[in-house]
Amino acid sequence: MAALSEFLSMGGHAGFIWPAYGVALVVLFVLVAVSLRTLRANEIAVREIEATRPKRRRRAPEAERDDA
Amino acid sequence: MSSLHRFANPARFLRISAAVLPWCGWLAALTIAAGLYMAFFTSPADYQQGETVRIMYVHVPSAWMALFVYTMMAMSCAAGLIWKHPLAHVLAQAAAPIGACFTVICLITGSLWGKPMWGTWWEWDARLTSVLVLFFLYLGYIALAGAFDNPARGERAAAILALVGFVNVPIIKFSVEWWNTLHQPASVIRAGMPSIHLSMLIPLLLMAVGFTLFFVALLLVRVKSELLARRLRALRLSEIHRAGASPAGTG
Repeated sequence: MAALSEFLSMGGHAGFIWPAYGVALVVLFVLVAVSLRTLRANEIAVREIEATRPKRRRRAPEAERDDA
Repeated sequence: MSSLHRFANPARFLRISAAVLPWCGWLAALTIAAGLYMAFFTSPADYQQGETVRIMYVHVPSAWMALFVYTMMAMSCAAGLIWKHPLAHVLAQAAAPIGACFTVICLITGSLWGKPMWGTWWEWDARLTSVLVLFFLYLGYIALAGAFDNPARGERAAAILALVGFVNVPIIKFSVEWWNTLHQPASVIRAGMPSIHLSMLIPLLLMAVGFTLFFVALLLVRVKSELLARRLRALRLSEIHRAGASPAGTG
């Protein structure tokens, strides 16, 4: 317990060291969360629009092939 | 050039990125975990700075990333302007917010390190001010890229800003040698051997590699997102065209 509190006190500089790591963690976490959310929103939006419109023609659709 | 253009195809890029992304993500987590463990448990306190030297393991790698990401962004912008590479502006726009975040981390952790060591949170000296300018360059790039109705014009204007702003990168690097500044000179990337003990150098390099892998993984996610956003814009435009065309056709 004493070892833990000594570790956490960082030689009296806990107030500078832990916030430094905390800020880095929060900034990177928020960036990742926002990036993943935007990705998911874009994926859903593209899928919705593509679902409402007729399928684009394939290059060689089976039904239209004469030699089939 | 032909080998470069093979990756220019967005579909192929997305296939490769889907295979690479999980590796980058897990390797980033592993190296950062190992780096943090060594930073806190195996590396010694500094004989002058005491425990505050541990801020170095997050401050210095994020400073390197801030410069590295900007350099990569400026190169992408150049490729976009000169060769009209189809992925170049996408890459730069996906990278800019990541670089801005690393710059913020660098500035804040630097401030938290400066207070106990220099006795001040902030000083308008060459190194600190030029890094602040780098942050504003990132913000300017992001704002300019989104400021035009025509996205193609926006990304061109922003790319020119990024290229002009690139002069700031060597200024940051050499600011500690050209001017008197509170900031210490480079101790790792310098002529001759790094002047830092292995017990500190290894966690520092681990963190740097971890941050780079993290950057690549996040960049791939953001590039995919940006490609989808562009596709969405194109789909919506063609939707408007169809909606606008049908009444004109009947009337």
